[in-house]
Amino acid sequence: MTKLITLLLIGASNGLIYAVVAIGLVLIWRSTRVVNFAQAAMAMFSTYIAASLIDRKVPYFLAFILAIVFAFIMGSVIERTLMRQAAKGTPISSVIVAVGVLITLEALAGVIWGANLRNFPSHFSLVEIKTGGVKLGISPFDIYIFVAVLVLLLALVYLFQYTKLGMMMRASAFAPEVSRLLGIRVGRMLTLGWALASAAGAVAGMLAAPRVFLFPNNMDAVLVFAFTAAIIGGLDSPVGALIGALVMGISLSLIGGYLGSDLENPGAFVILVVVLMARPQGIFSSIAERRV
Amino acid sequence: MGVEEIDLKAEETKVKKETLIEGGSKLSLKRLIPVPILRNLLLAIVAVVIFFFLSGHLSAYRNYQLSQVGPYVLAILGLSVLIGQNGQISIGHGALMAIGAWSLALLQIHTKLPLGVILLLATLITTAIGGVLGLVAARLRGPYLAGATLALALGVPDIATRYRSLFGGYQGLQINPPSPPAFLGANFTPQQYLAVIDVIVIVIAFIFVANLVNSRIGRDMRAVRDDEIAARLAGISVQRTQVFTFAISSGLAGLGGGLLALVASNVSPGAFSVTLSISLLSGLVIGGIGTMAGALWGAAVMVYVPQWATTLTEKFNMNQGIAANIALAIYGILLIVIVLAAPGGIQGILMRLKGLISGRGRQRATKG
Repeated sequence: MTKLITLLLIGASNGLIYAVVAIGLVLIWRSTRVVNFAQAAMAMFSTYIAASLIDRKVPYFLAFILAIVFAFIMGSVIERTLMRQAAKGTPISSVIVAVGVLITLEALAGVIWGANLRNFPSHFSLVEIKTGGVKLGISPFDIYIFVAVLVLLLALVYLFQYTKLGMMMRASAFAPEVSRLLGIRVGRMLTLGWALASAAGAVAGMLAAPRVFLFPNNMDAVLVFAFTAAIIGGLDSPVGALIGALVMGISLSLIGGYLGSDLENPGAFVILVVVLMARPQGIFSSIAERRV
Repeated sequence: MGVEEIDLKAEETKVKKETLIEGGSKLSLKRLIPVPILRNLLLAIVAVVIFFFLSGHLSAYRNYQLSQVGPYVLAILGLSVLIGQNGQISIGHGALMAIGAWSLALLQIHTKLPLGVILLLATLITTAIGGVLGLVAARLRGPYLAGATLALALGVPDIATRYRSLFGGYQGLQINPPSPPAFLGANFTPQQYLAVIDVIVIVIAFIFVANLVNSRIGRDMRAVRDDEIAARLAGISVQRTQVFTFAISSGLAGLGGGLLALVASNVSPGAFSVTLSISLLSGLVIGGIGTMAGALWGAAVMVYVPQWATTLTEKFNMNQGIAANIALAIYGILLIVIVLAAPGGIQGILMRLKGLISGRGRQRATKG
């Protein structure tokens, strides 16, 4: 019974990290109809930036913010220089260019920082909290993940629901031509979408790194989990992606705990295929149209 | 100056010869042997015989290098049929190579069948599994299919570590490298034998794909790629064509995986990472999507770029791990540049150069 509760809590905590990557995928999908396969690699790269800042004695939270700024700039540059060009080609060209960005960033990280595993500071303890000798199953780091993800999600909700900028971004994604006629710089909104997604990815990368360690491929699996989560959510719903990510986190934690951790990745494939076959438009999608 | 001139002249006569062949003049091979399959067979036999004698003059290391190219040629050829002819994407062909490799290893360990039969069986097993996966793939499009195949690439190697007793775990399975039969003589090295096997298998696969692409099924594939609704209206079963293409493409990747197992004389999960799948996609795009020669260029890039990177890092006394990453960075950058600037890849560039020289550039360029 305690094992079950522990697994559920670990799963939820991992799920929150997948949620941030998944929401990055959703942000980009909504505005450009591109699945950004480089999302996780971009997150990994920003995490390395934070790690090398921390190595140079920069305080954790300053490094955290600087890495987010770096990710923001990197996201806009990639959108401006590469993805906008790729969008002019076939739908497959966007996928291939994103894969190109993925492999280039992983390789660059390997060249710059070496391909070996390294630690990433968690800043908060990874040891479970005890009250009166009873283990609660969560660590201060889990609470930190929860708070960080909550703040990020609330900030995004606020941006998209209550600010003019967010409205302009939604309008450009929904009806680019009309938005352009109304004077919105649609191109800039797309760039901003990529920048925000990349920044969110950086947060996910820094939250994931203390557990999965830091190495150039460390986010490959997270990308697949987040993609599956986004698909469960219908690819265009941030709330759906959050729920999908929690489902993924908990399912994988249970698979890993009861069947063996080697079956987590194959399990993700099975879940993805089942969801795609049963409900290709996602479980939470508001759009009835079949996009698959 | 002089050398360049001679080179140009040689190129010119070569091009002229080819135009003659294509034009169907008296010298044409097309006229001599009007049946395409016989013509292809003849060319294939000539190629194998030439290589057979050539391989004797190469060092064991050169032969080994050449035999490393073969597996990737087949996997990229499979990917090329899938993406180039049928418009379905896969970032998971490394996983299909893994299935072929383990099939070969298990057959070699547990049976006493001859090598040719084992390679054929490994291909058929992967084709069958590819057919089942194709049923899923046929319902998915673009990024959805890309994501699903990426998940496949991530999941398959872990099956091997999970079922240790059957698949060998992290260490994988050891394979006896094929030893050359006695009638080839004592001087025939195992490396040479592997290279010859490679060339024979590649030639067979090329003939198969060339005939497939020019057949009714090949036209169906392209019709589905270009416009699914129009294809359906023309009476083509879109789903069946897609499943069939996925199965064939998987079979080719499986055959490549089988060869890779022979060349490496080992099958382990580490060799079939997500990076392999992505490298195959890179090789395809760099070589040229949809062309058969493109598979050769792409595979050559996949083998020779890492080796070149290794010599480079040794020269500058850099860490060994960096070499692999330099190669990957080159793939990644080439992948992006080629998709954005030269979608035909190396083969496309070569065809355009050839077109410029023969003055038929425009016709050629629009054809591709």
